[in-house]
Amino acid sequence: MSHLRSDLRQRAEEIVALYPRKRSAMLPLLHLAQEQDGYLTDEGIAEVAELTGTTPADVRGTASFYDMYHLEPVGKYVVGVCTNVACLLAGGIELLEHASETLGCAVGSTSDDGLFTLEETECLADCNIAPCVQVNHRYVRTTTPDAFDAMVDELKTGRRDHDIPSHGTLIRVRRSGGLRASKSDVASERSDAKAARDKREEEKK
Amino acid sequence: MAVLDAPRIVTARERFDDSYTFARYLETGGYAALRKALTMFPEDVAAEVDAASLLGRGGAGFPAGRKWSMLRKSPVSYLVVNGDESEPATFKDHYLVERDPHQLVEGVIIAAYALQVNQAFIYIRGEFALGLERVQQALNDAYEYGALGSKVFASDFSIDIVVHPGAGAYICGEETALIEGLEGKRGFPRIKPPFFPAVNGLYGEPTVVNNVETMSNLPWIISNGGAAFAALGGGRSAGTRLFALAGRVKNPGVYEIEMVKNTFRDLIYDPNLGGGIINDRTIKAFIPGGVSAPWFGPDLLDLSLGQDEVAEKGSMLGSGSVVVFDETSCVVRATWRITKFFSRESCGQCTPCREGSGWIERAMYRLEHGGGRMEDLDMLLDLCDNIAPGLTWPPQQTTICVLGSSIPSSVHSAISMFRDEFAQHVNDGGCPFD
Amino acid sequence: MTEGAPLTEVKTSVTVSVNGRSIEAAPGELVIEVAERAGHYVPRFCYHPRMEPVGMCRMCLVEVDGPRGPTLQPACYIKVNDGMSIITDSEKVKKAQDGVLEFLLANHPLDCPVCDKGGECPLQDQTLAHGSGETRFIEEKRHFVKPIEIGELVLLDRERCIQCARCTRFSAEVSGDTEIAFSGRGDLIEVAPSPTEPFDSTFSGNTVQICPVGALTAKPYRFTARPWDLEQVESTCTTCAVGCRVAVQSSGNRLTRLLGVDSEPVNHGWLCDKGRFTLDAIDGHEGDVDPLRASSRIRQPLVRENGTLREATWGEALSRAASILQDASSTPNGVGAIGGAALTNEGAFAWERFVRGVLSSDHLDAQYDDGLDGAFIQALPAATIDDAAHARVVVTLTGDIREELPVLFLRLRENFVQRKNSLIEFTFGPSALRSLATVSMPVRPGEAHVVAKALATSDGKVAKDSTVTDAQLDAARRLIGENGDGVVFIVGRPNMAESASVLETAIRTLAEAFPAATFLPALRRANVRGALDMGLGPRLRPGRGYDEKCEGRRTLEQLEAMRTGQQTAVLLLGGCLLGNVLDVEGATAALEAAKVVVVTGHGGKTLAYADVVLPAAVQHERHGTVTNIEGRVTNVTAKIVPPGSAWPDVAIAAELAEACGQSLGIDSVQLCAKVIEETTGYPALSIMNDVSDEGVVVGHAKERVERRPLDPMAFPGIRSTNTVGLGELTGALVSDSVHAGTTQTIATLDEVAAGRGVDVGHFDAYGLGLNISRRLYDHGIMMQGSPALANLVAKTTALLNHFDLDRLGLATGDEVQVNAPSGPISLPVAMNDDTPRGTLGVVFGGVDADGNDGATAKLYDPSVVITQLKLATT
Ligand SMILES: Cc1cc2nc3c(=O)[nH]c(=O)nc-3n(C[C@H](O)[C@H](O)[C@H](O)COP(=O)(O)O)c2cc1C
Ligand code: SF4
Ligand code: FES
Repeated sequence: MSHLRSDLRQRAEEIVALYPRKRSAMLPLLHLAQEQDGYLTDEGIAEVAELTGTTPADVRGTASFYDMYHLEPVGKYVVGVCTNVACLLAGGIELLEHASETLGCAVGSTSDDGLFTLEETECLADCNIAPCVQVNHRYVRTTTPDAFDAMVDELKTGRRDHDIPSHGTLIRVRRSGGLRASKSDVASERSDAKAARDKREEEKK
Repeated sequence: MAVLDAPRIVTARERFDDSYTFARYLETGGYAALRKALTMFPEDVAAEVDAASLLGRGGAGFPAGRKWSMLRKSPVSYLVVNGDESEPATFKDHYLVERDPHQLVEGVIIAAYALQVNQAFIYIRGEFALGLERVQQALNDAYEYGALGSKVFASDFSIDIVVHPGAGAYICGEETALIEGLEGKRGFPRIKPPFFPAVNGLYGEPTVVNNVETMSNLPWIISNGGAAFAALGGGRSAGTRLFALAGRVKNPGVYEIEMVKNTFRDLIYDPNLGGGIINDRTIKAFIPGGVSAPWFGPDLLDLSLGQDEVAEKGSMLGSGSVVVFDETSCVVRATWRITKFFSRESCGQCTPCREGSGWIERAMYRLEHGGGRMEDLDMLLDLCDNIAPGLTWPPQQTTICVLGSSIPSSVHSAISMFRDEFAQHVNDGGCPFD
Repeated sequence: MTEGAPLTEVKTSVTVSVNGRSIEAAPGELVIEVAERAGHYVPRFCYHPRMEPVGMCRMCLVEVDGPRGPTLQPACYIKVNDGMSIITDSEKVKKAQDGVLEFLLANHPLDCPVCDKGGECPLQDQTLAHGSGETRFIEEKRHFVKPIEIGELVLLDRERCIQCARCTRFSAEVSGDTEIAFSGRGDLIEVAPSPTEPFDSTFSGNTVQICPVGALTAKPYRFTARPWDLEQVESTCTTCAVGCRVAVQSSGNRLTRLLGVDSEPVNHGWLCDKGRFTLDAIDGHEGDVDPLRASSRIRQPLVRENGTLREATWGEALSRAASILQDASSTPNGVGAIGGAALTNEGAFAWERFVRGVLSSDHLDAQYDDGLDGAFIQALPAATIDDAAHARVVVTLTGDIREELPVLFLRLRENFVQRKNSLIEFTFGPSALRSLATVSMPVRPGEAHVVAKALATSDGKVAKDSTVTDAQLDAARRLIGENGDGVVFIVGRPNMAESASVLETAIRTLAEAFPAATFLPALRRANVRGALDMGLGPRLRPGRGYDEKCEGRRTLEQLEAMRTGQQTAVLLLGGCLLGNVLDVEGATAALEAAKVVVVTGHGGKTLAYADVVLPAAVQHERHGTVTNIEGRVTNVTAKIVPPGSAWPDVAIAAELAEACGQSLGIDSVQLCAKVIEETTGYPALSIMNDVSDEGVVVGHAKERVERRPLDPMAFPGIRSTNTVGLGELTGALVSDSVHAGTTQTIATLDEVAAGRGVDVGHFDAYGLGLNISRRLYDHGIMMQGSPALANLVAKTTALLNHFDLDRLGLATGDEVQVNAPSGPISLPVAMNDDTPRGTLGVVFGGVDADGNDGATAKLYDPSVVITQLKLATT
């Protein structure tokens, strides 16, 4: 029995098929498992291990290397405030402190209502609009305490649901299209091209 | 005054709000370069890029044409595009993937054709959720349009491109760690040699890794010719380049300007660019190329924005990010935050990097928050020396990758440029800027 | 070019300079090894000679000359090339190394005084050798909750970890189970198992052994001793028949620890957890005195009086035993001996001399009819472990090698993973090698010989309903090639419920069809090969001799003869007959019907039927030699003295002979070894005299394997070996009354197998063939005697292929009713696709939820070649 919902399981299998080796699908599959459960559950990890031909310890160890995967439950909205150098110069630490007050949770923890998890992030690569804030990895561009509070209100009342998918969701655009040529066709194409090129080089000489 | 008459190469579509859409891309000449490339022999496409003397935009500044030509003798198996952009205060690739994904995709197809590679991966930083969506959409459009997939534009060339989402690890920008991430592993950089991607890359096969911006330049280069690109800029630094300007300037942002012909002063002060320091204060120092780079003082404002020019003065253009400190900025605090970044992002393999970054961060924290001692400064420099012996630039390494040897840059710069400010912290028992 | 030199010369050696002095090296050798040979030891932590280097700890930085001048490079990672200049002693190198050490210590706790590793810790040693003695680190150290249990046997103290990745590499690279992995990043990296699948690898103890600090500790060893209290001898592990070399350590007369010795031909320094951690079964619990409990040691001779066993003097017990055995031997075929696989070669030899010479009986069998015929095995062209670890193709016809001969599994795995050689599996049930097999042929009970026949016939096919496909056969045939050149067959008894004749026929077919192939017998029990080589089996004579005239009863035949009254007494060499046979009922009846003399170190259920029990020394309490699966003879060395008044077997046999009024002419182990070697040429005394040695494979020229110098960084805890003096030999040589083995004849397969065949009978398509396979953690003596391992004992579960489960409408976790010969039994089922369709797999020595181990035996029908079962459908 698959722990992943059947539509996600199907997507997972599609993702595995994209790569020459199935382990390569590890990161996208972990995103997918997290999309379903909000964080990486034991069951989700076991299924990713099965899909990638690895072990749960290996998957967990790999996932824990990457900041975006949560091994513990998180709030519906993961709020990240950057305090790295550009944002620091623009008051990032102060905004983070403010966020902690507004959301009612310490940095690195989840609010009691389970709605928000607050993280201090490294540079989010949006330094011209500093301090930079992301919610569920979408830029919200609220650089002042007031703007931040307004944004939180919008989140609470669901007015941002259209542009901030609930936790974990990473890519809403599904892949369509693909190579759709057999490996051997591609290989012969390539060897033809190489032969042609060798001939040209020969002629040049 | 800044020289701003160069053509826009990678930001040509900036004025359109819908610059990322397929329709807009086609309307503005999209995919013409690819069609043209397909009429050329692959090696001629590569030669064009070589002629452009396009330097890699990922940080190391290695000429893309040379990287490719070194490889064309043996078949290349994979092309990997590095869109993991996480160097603090660098945000130009973010701009490119979100604002002009088709340009990137077209560039990748052109590169794949030149290299005769049938499988490419675009590794994009996981936090760029929107960028990931847009690139995936661009790929979908390109498949449908026939620019991607089997027999591109009915030629004898097929290619598949897969977007690979990162998941939050700065080190995965380092090309061998990125490959580990693509193989589904922890992003531990590999030791070079033997793991030069060109020889022993993805799945142990020859692999080309290039930065997003490097790729995004290709459509223009093919359309306009390598010579036209090489005519811009100067010296080894051809063409325009994206600079991500951040910190205490009036107009932080991504600016495409010609290399060499402009200086740091132009970038920071020109009203069309940085517009000067906030509240017209005085500049105290600036980082010329990402937090891995040693800092410059105001005395070097008139240095040209060129790779060799900056290297000569002991730093690097690196990832193209310029961070400006003004008189209100506490360098101790900034240095502490930068070392905290390295400590959090060290992959943890190498002892000097793993333990050194944490130790230095904790000592810097003490200095900033009031527990500092004057002898800490020499100890910090000695710890830095144990990580990057000699404290020279480019650094000598005791570690596998250069993240380790980048840790000393800011510490060394800050202590040698602003020893007084450190002394003040020690004497005041805290930060004088608070 | 010198005259006559070949035109194209392959470079077999390069010249490099180390600190200015030239030294020859092999191309591709690592700088760290070359420097060490040149006399410059490079400090290190992550490097381990038995694993791929990772170059992570950066302790081994040295200067290597490159295109841009000398740079600091990790010596453990860089390979030498011609003309390379290596500097290990410059100021720059010293500063870099000191720097790394200081960084390593920054967060390392200062708990050496209470750390298990204190006194034998590579980090401590490096610090004493290089450290500055004072710390500049005044920050708060990294804190983790003190030791956490990461598996049944291993504890992890994360604060002490220096992230060298030795344990995680071992898990991923060597044992291949990846039950632990690094988690986190940067200085928060820690070693972690999955919370759902703890670190219960068969090989977990190796990670403890190679941890260069006290981060990983073994629960059974923790705090039992301080390194400086330990004394050590080198010996051979006899928990199974791989024969891993071990350092046996004790504190006083208490065994404390077993460490794997880096033996090139055998174990590469690795051990399995059963071998490593069952020391408690030997001297763990002085309190246990009930001789019927497997966890008790037998300390005094016992004799039965008024139905119960009571302690007796040696004199009384010996004369009781002598009179029982002599009485029985006065009628022809009235006495026999069973067991002996746990003895040393010397012990086995002494008992063989006793049974054949004193009791004039040929009824002796070291196996419990659960192996392969001894003469048959000896007639097969032999392969060594190393051969199998390098073979182009390995074919297995045996049980799960990881469960039966664990370290052989590691050696084989290395062949398939690193050398990319091929594995063909006859898959009878669960197999840890399955995922590495190029061809895996599911074989049902009673069909191995049919599949072998098809394989041996060019384009041979199997029956339509077979679980093996023609495509699989073709693929296997292609790999094996015309005559089997470069192929090693590993052959054993995958299924205890199937008569040996099935496998023996299969093996013979393959041996004849592929004459260039060699065979490695996978007999698993301790020193079974040594016992057979010493003649403890039908048609066998000491010194690996074959003599068809001394045909005698095998174990099951002896039990039958006891039940029918033909054999009135039995000498049991080892106390676990009832724990080793499947037909417990039949064996019990036999023991009840006959007089029983047991020579044993351990208690057990069998002793309930003993008339006399003679206490014997067990492993680590006795000197001698043993022979492993490949026929390699190595020494075993006593580290502690046996409890109570237990004696070594040689002494018991000699004294019992005296009590029978005869003399074996051997009154010491050394003399016994001398006699073996002098009369049969079988290596014995020469091996005992050379205790830190890889021994010799019988039949091979003695090849001295150079041991690499002991590196305490790679094998912390092991001291260089103490040589144990054997003293002068005195005493008479072989007495006339007992003649030693006749000249050896090496039997041919034809001779050995003459008249043997197999008739499986009708296979019922609706029945399930019973496969009883072995598990490492069975309910045997060593496990029962080691409480620390109690939770690991296998559970009795019916394993079924998903195909059969679907057919029967069952799912993992369901209970199934099996119509066994002895009545219906209910078992939990689990899906296992290594188990072929049509097969019901259970493990031998598994226990049910209440800890009872009887279920497996009840499924078995001793009267047929294979047991077929029907499930009661509800
Ligand atoms: C610690 C570290 C981080 C890096 N991060 C990035 C990055 O985020 N993006 C990038 O393109 N290159 C990054 N690089 C450089 C890459 O290793 C590589 O040189 C580059 O992707 C090659 O592309 P280019 O030749 O087009 O510049 C990083 C290097 C290091 C050592
Ligand atoms: S230098 Fe740092 S980031 Fe780079 S490999 Fe070593 S530990 Fe990892
Ligand atoms: S880096 Fe060479 S021993 Fe660790």
